[in-house]
Order: sequence, then structure tokens, then C-alpha cells
Amino acid sequence: MEGSAIRLRDLRKSFGETTAVAGIDLDISDGEFFSMLGPSGSGKTTVLRMIAGFESPTSGEIELAGQEVTGLAPFERDVHTVFQDYALFPHMTVEQNVAYGLKVRKVPKPERLVRARKALADVRLEGFGRRRPGRLSGGQRQRVALARALVGRPRVLLLDEPLGALDLKLREQMQVELKAIQREVGITFVFVTHDQEEALTMSDRIAVFNQGRIEQVGTPAEIYERPATPFVAGFVGTSNLLEGQSARQVVGAPGTYSIRPEKIRVLKESAEADEPEHSTATGTVAEVVYLGDATRFLVDLDAGGRLTALQQNLETSSEDVAAYRGTRVRLQWHRRHTFKVPDPR
Amino acid sequence: MTTTAQAAGRSPVRRLAGTLHRHPRLRLSLLLTAPLLWLAVLYLGSLAVLFVSAFWTTNSFTSEVVKVWSTDNFHALFTTPVFRQVILRSIGVALAVTVLCAVIAFPVAFYTARIAKPKWRPLLVVAILTPLWASYLVKVYAWRLILSQGGLADWMLKPFGMSGPGFGLLAAVIALTYLWLPYMILPIHTALEQLPASLLDASADLGGRPARTFRSVVLPMVLPSVAAGSVFTFSLSLGDYITVQIVGGKTQLIGNLVYSNIELNLPMAAALGTVPVVVIVLYLLAMRRTGALSSL
Repeated sequence: MEGSAIRLRDLRKSFGETTAVAGIDLDISDGEFFSMLGPSGSGKTTVLRMIAGFESPTSGEIELAGQEVTGLAPFERDVHTVFQDYALFPHMTVEQNVAYGLKVRKVPKPERLVRARKALADVRLEGFGRRRPGRLSGGQRQRVALARALVGRPRVLLLDEPLGALDLKLREQMQVELKAIQREVGITFVFVTHDQEEALTMSDRIAVFNQGRIEQVGTPAEIYERPATPFVAGFVGTSNLLEGQSARQVVGAPGTYSIRPEKIRVLKESAEADEPEHSTATGTVAEVVYLGDATRFLVDLDAGGRLTALQQNLETSSEDVAAYRGTRVRLQWHRRHTFKVPDPR
Repeated sequence: MTTTAQAAGRSPVRRLAGTLHRHPRLRLSLLLTAPLLWLAVLYLGSLAVLFVSAFWTTNSFTSEVVKVWSTDNFHALFTTPVFRQVILRSIGVALAVTVLCAVIAFPVAFYTARIAKPKWRPLLVVAILTPLWASYLVKVYAWRLILSQGGLADWMLKPFGMSGPGFGLLAAVIALTYLWLPYMILPIHTALEQLPASLLDASADLGGRPARTFRSVVLPMVLPSVAAGSVFTFSLSLGDYITVQIVGGKTQLIGNLVYSNIELNLPMAAALGTVPVVVIVLYLLAMRRTGALSSL
């Protein structure tokens, strides 16, 4: 078993009347790519800022590598942060920015320069050292921030929505690069995001935050395929829940069930139900959303409730799928893709 | 055409607005004419007249201006010991006032911009500005009272076995520092207030203790604003002559020399008057290198 890089014990934080973090216990292993996923205001950034030392917890404990750091200032912790707005020093060159942490730690100048250049090369920014941050693009700034945080070889790297300001193409590219860099340097990454796809793409494990608490911790597959609470089912992936009457009728038992949209096939109403391996339900197509590579069908079930089904456009064109609007269909999915969602507390 | 027919149907005001919208150059020239005229005729014009008249001389019996080209006045500026002394003293006073203002303004601005609770900040800024509401003369005479023999300064320093500075060069520097301090505090306050908190976090995150963060991040980022404030304090001090007259005792600055020459030797006064203009232009050029002018 690998050691714990970060250990949080009953961590709480209130700002005046409002509770931002309402009791969190978490263990993050050494060398792990760990994501904190949640909507804005769910407390994930506050937890990150408490690990970095920018906020002090109202109560609870923070351990870094087995050492209690709860009362320590940011400059006393072996943790570096990549900020959402990058927080590059505008009056310094790129190289000076990257070397700043080393300079503060009194690393001799020649070594400092070598390491800063190496760090810039690692994020593919050779030759940019003399420029000012103001003259770089968003993606380049992001990588300078990454180089600056990595050059000191911290035990843990905290990333606060670092890809939020980038456009989609660049974001997807950076997701792959970030993961590759993390594998290369072997440092524990704690990544805060509200983008479920980002979290699923990069993480070894994910903690889903809601209203200052953790709803579920698990691998991307566990989170996606076996959501532990209705909130997780709704936040990660498309909300597709069967509840109450419709659950009883379609699944055959009471409770709340989750089915992922891409598992559901849209068939003609007259199609034979392929039981007993499959669940099936009839309904009317309320809306058709053409997505290019796929189409999303919103179907109002006869049993009550609404399910979303996602179909790849393998052979259908946009006109074909548009014709589905208002028609009667039969939805069918394999029983093993139906998951019972535990009842909320 | 339809467009003209439509145009004819509209009110004159709308037609004018439309014309202006279609002709951006016309719009620009209308906007700029008045201020440009003001600048060119009143300001640059009077400066040119000043500069030209500095090359004239006077009839030494009648004090009448003789319009004969000569560089004697400028020659006298650099060779007459009194003139040289006064010029250097004036620049020295302006620099001293600027440094004092910066040293006092920084902690004040740091408090109003970053330490005070956000809801109090606008109020504190207003408080800093209130001295500017009072008349310049009232404030300088107040300082005359404070610094006079047996005045407030003497009374307060007496328990320590000291006495106030009295009237003189030091008194002039103190009064000028008081007068121009708000012009230094405001730009520094603005710069400190706009300093992103994440930069301070980033510095601490990378291991920088508060003193290092201040030296390496806060100070360099606020320095252009200090330079911007210094443009005010420096040029206002260099041009002042009333404060010196009231609290400066026998001290003379350039302004006083201009004032005393204006009746007897107008060209000499003009030559003296060009000195602060030149010094301030040089100062502005020096400050431009720090980026101060873009943060004004």
C-alpha cells in the first residue's frame, strides 16, 4: 500500500453564516491523479485552498505526507498551486516566473536557470523564457503556470480549474498533456473542476462534491457506472432516473434507478421486446437533439417520467432523426445497465 | 432615391446624427477642435511666448523690454551663483517632497487598500481627499501657525527638549509634503487595490515569506504608480512659490525669483520660468521609462 499524500479529517470551513465545507474525510494516495468534481459553490475550491494554506479551516485536520500542517502558512507547505487565473507575475519574464520559487528557496543562480529552462522544455515552451506573460496566449500562460508549480518538485500539485479559461480544442489537448506530465513526474495531482468529462478523462479517482460534502469517491468507471446517490447520477453524465410509479412498472420493483442514455436503444414501438435479458418501455418522442455524431432523444414514457436516449448516427442523417419527433417508440436496454440508486440520507 | 426620401422625412436632429454617424472623421474633428484650440493657443502658445521673450533683453535704465535676440539671460542662469543655487535648491526641494510623500503615502495606501475592511475603503479615500477641499492658502497659513514660535510644533516638541523647525527650508518642505500628499496616496491606493490577491497567494505558495512577497511582487507592481504620483508631487513642488513665501522665511525658490524679476526684467523672469518647464519635461521622460505615464 502506498503512503497517503494528503489526509483530511473532518474538515470544516464556514464564512460567517454560510458553511462552505461541512465535514470532509479524504485520503489521497502518493502519485495519484485525484479530481474534486462538483458544481460551483460545492466547496471543492475551498478544500483546495485549505490544503494550500490560503484559508485556515474552522475545524478539522490536514496532513501532508503524514505530517500535520493545519496551522502552517502556505510558504511552509510542500505544496504548489496552479491558479485558475494562472497568477503569473506580470513584471517578470516567463523564465523569472518559473525560477521564482527556486530563487525564494535560495537555489544558486546557475542551477536555477538550468532547472527553469528544463521545466519550460517539459511543457514545450523552449525559447519563450525572455517573454513577458502578457504576450502569451491563454494556453501558453497555462503551461508557464504549470512549469512554475512543477519546477520546485513539490510533493503535491494543486490545480484549481486550470483549463477553465481555454477553448474546447485546447482544453482537450491540455487534458491529455496534463495526464502525460503527471505520469512522467509522478507527483500527486489534486485537480478541481466542474467539468465531469474532464474529471472522467484524467483522474485515477474522483470525489464528487455537493453542498460542502463528498457524495462519492471512486474511480471514473465506478462514479459513472455506479453512482452512489441521485446527485452523482445527475451530475456525472445525463440525469436519467426512473422513480416511483414508473420504476415499479418498468423495472418491476420500487426505488430509484439510473440508466445511462447511451445504453438505451430506440426501436419502433412494434418491435418485439427482447425479454428477459432486457428492460423495455414504450413512449412518445418529445424532443430530438441532433448533435452531429449522435442524436439525443427525449422520450416521455407511458409509465410516467422521461428518459434520454443517445444514439450514434451510424446510418441516420439529420432528416432521418428529425422525423422521429412526436412518434411512438420502444426503448430497450440490457438489465445489467439498470442501477439502483441508494435513497438519499 | 429611397434613402434621400427617407432622410427628408426625418427631423433635422436625426439627420445630423445620421451624418455624424456616417462620417467618423467629421465627428472626430468636431470633438477635438475645442480642446486642441485650447491646448495650442492658450497653453503651447503662452509657452512659446515665454520661451521667445527669454531671448530678449531690457533697457537697464527704463526696464523696458528691448526685442533684440540674445542668449545673455540663459548664460546668466548658469553663471550667476544665486541663480544656480536657487535652481538646485528648487530641484532639491521638489525631490525631497516627492521622496517624503512616497514614504508616507505607501503605508497609508497599503492600509486603505488592503488592510481596512472593504466597506470602509471608499470612506477612507474620501477622508484622504478632504484636505483638497480646503483652500490652499488656508492650509499654508495653518502651517504657518503650527510652525510659528511658540506654536503647536514647538509646544509638542518641548517635552522632548526640542523645538519646532521654525520658518525656513525645512518648513517649506513639510508644508509642501502635506499639500501634495493626496496626489501620491491616490495612485498608490488604486494600484494596491487592483493588485490581484492570487499573485500574493502565488508568491506565498512558491515559498515566499511576506517580506519577500512585498519586495518581489508588491513593490515592483506598485512602483509605476509611485512614479505617477511623483509626477504630481515633483511638478507641483517645483512650480510653487507661495508656500515658500509664507513659511519659508528668507528661502527663495525659482518661483520667487520669477516673481521678483517680472517687473524689472521680464526676459530674465522668462528665462527663469523655462527652467522648471525643462526640468519637468526631463522628469517626465525619465518617468516614462518606468511605465508611470500609462498608470496615471
